[in-house]
Amino acid sequence: MSQVTILDVSLRDGSHAVRHAFTEAQVRAAAKGLNAAGVRYFEVSHGDGLGGSSLQYGLSATDELKLIEAAASECTNSDVSVLLIPGIGTKQDLQNAVTAGAKMVRVATHVTEADVAAQHIQLGRELGLKTVGFLMMAHMAPVEKVVEQAKLFESYGAEVVYVTDSAGAMLPQDVTVRVEALRDALTCDIGFHAHNNLSMAMANTVAAVQAGATFIDGSMRALGAGAGNTQTEVMVSVLEKYGYATGIDLYKLLDVATDVIAPIMQQPQEITAGSLVLGHAGVYSSFLLHAQKAAQQFGVDERDILMTLGNMKAVGGQEDLIYEVAQQLQRA
Amino acid sequence: MTKLKVGIIGSGNIGTDLMYKIERSDVLEMSVMVGIDPNSDGLQRAAKRGYETIATGIDGLVERLDLVDIVFDATSAYAHQQNSDALTAAGKKVIDLTPAAIGPFVVPPVNLQEHLDKANVNMVTCGGQATIPMIHAISRVVPVAYAEIVATISSKSAGPGTRANIDEFTSTTSRAIEVVGGAKKGKAIILLNPAEPPIIMRDTIHVLVEEAGHEDAIRASIEEMVTAVQAYVPGYSLKANTVFEGTKISVFVEVEGAADYLPAYAGNLDIMTAAAVQVANEIARHALQEVTQ
Repeated sequence: MSQVTILDVSLRDGSHAVRHAFTEAQVRAAAKGLNAAGVRYFEVSHGDGLGGSSLQYGLSATDELKLIEAAASECTNSDVSVLLIPGIGTKQDLQNAVTAGAKMVRVATHVTEADVAAQHIQLGRELGLKTVGFLMMAHMAPVEKVVEQAKLFESYGAEVVYVTDSAGAMLPQDVTVRVEALRDALTCDIGFHAHNNLSMAMANTVAAVQAGATFIDGSMRALGAGAGNTQTEVMVSVLEKYGYATGIDLYKLLDVATDVIAPIMQQPQEITAGSLVLGHAGVYSSFLLHAQKAAQQFGVDERDILMTLGNMKAVGGQEDLIYEVAQQLQRA
Repeated sequence: MTKLKVGIIGSGNIGTDLMYKIERSDVLEMSVMVGIDPNSDGLQRAAKRGYETIATGIDGLVERLDLVDIVFDATSAYAHQQNSDALTAAGKKVIDLTPAAIGPFVVPPVNLQEHLDKANVNMVTCGGQATIPMIHAISRVVPVAYAEIVATISSKSAGPGTRANIDEFTSTTSRAIEVVGGAKKGKAIILLNPAEPPIIMRDTIHVLVEEAGHEDAIRASIEEMVTAVQAYVPGYSLKANTVFEGTKISVFVEVEGAADYLPAYAGNLDIMTAAAVQVANEIARHALQEVTQ
């Protein structure tokens, strides 16, 4: 039976959905449950990674280092991962996270900009972390470009390279060609991260695994940016039916989803008009709640804001464009 | 009126763009371009325009110190320390465009007059030059508890030095937001966007002020500062209306370059070189004035 390593991102991607307001008690309870359920890795950081607490993306209610420390203190089997986006977080932030107990780092760049991550990936290896390269907005680049950039990550020392569908814009065939191309071109492991904006998260996840991905992200109750991620507990069941071993105790995982995550949720992770447009126009999923707020503030339609951002080819992190676009639409 | 002789170390994008801007100065005279690759575009262009060129780096320049009064260093933070030591020991003025920041940070419309006598001044970063004037424009009206800037530049305008040392951008810029901008705490974010055609540099400045209100005074102060920056970067403008939400203020700026060397989208390059030449012009006027007195 082939093995798939599931990485739960509820406590990182889910940070967007709760407007970066996770408490130490919530994180501790979720960490305890994930550890008991046998989830090998789970991620704890601001939604935009280490150092993401900002006016641009939302200030963290609790310092992420405190959350990482709380999560790590509950782990006996699991390891805590952190996300680091160079340009937002720094090597110093990573060192602080390691002091707080992080054992894995995922260094993320836009799919065409891998070379800004060389120092951070090298530092991850030097610190003895499981080190991952994360190519965001992978739908925006052709397969050859994805391969070229993934090879850069591998050359810096990444042990896993992810195809990341940050906009939830990919179809299963898009996932298959990218993962297969990486499988052929790289010797390291391949990972896949989905968003459910077009209701394709599970189908894309299955396509990724069948194409050779061995690391897969999910979030409990799909708690994540936009329409959320592949739902971890559903994925455990589906992958087992497909004949993959996850090493996760489904019952115990369901307990965490029901008892810890469900009560935290500020809104259901359904595919709303806005989240559908994210996937349709290829827009970074964390723009959703910011666009909804700007739509109200400026009296315009959130779909128009997001559609315009897609046409402008905005990349992850450009939340400030939302204000400008909303003002333009208001004047139009 | 005599002019001060200028040397440029680093024949990459920044160094080459500086050369064109220096040609327009009435107090500076382009003298020598210093690089380490005789085939670099910058050295070849300099030679073609009739300037001295040195392809053996700082060691070569040290042999020909008669060629320079002021030197721009557009190499790397690592190389800058050694370059600066060699030049300042010989009494040359040094304008540092690397993130080394040995000398004080200078953002022309904010604090240039304070540092005209310094042997070495630092130009912060492109994001710092584009945003710190706006932070200062707010902090001179009402105290700023926190300021954060987001600089988005086209991927094409981010050279290998910037890419390999992206943390230096965030740490140097955050420090200058506090020291020069007047914010109690600073933070900087840089984003690269690969869209084609390349996007023009944009900068967003979010601040938390200690007291809400004063909107008219803040708007007027911002407008005045935009005009001051336009004096040396004509393509500097407000991209959207300033947004006031309680104590939070967001300012949106676009920086279109003068297209001296790289195309107009590279406003990030332009604002660094234009600010550096502005500093050199003032230093030269100051020095020449002292001589005539």
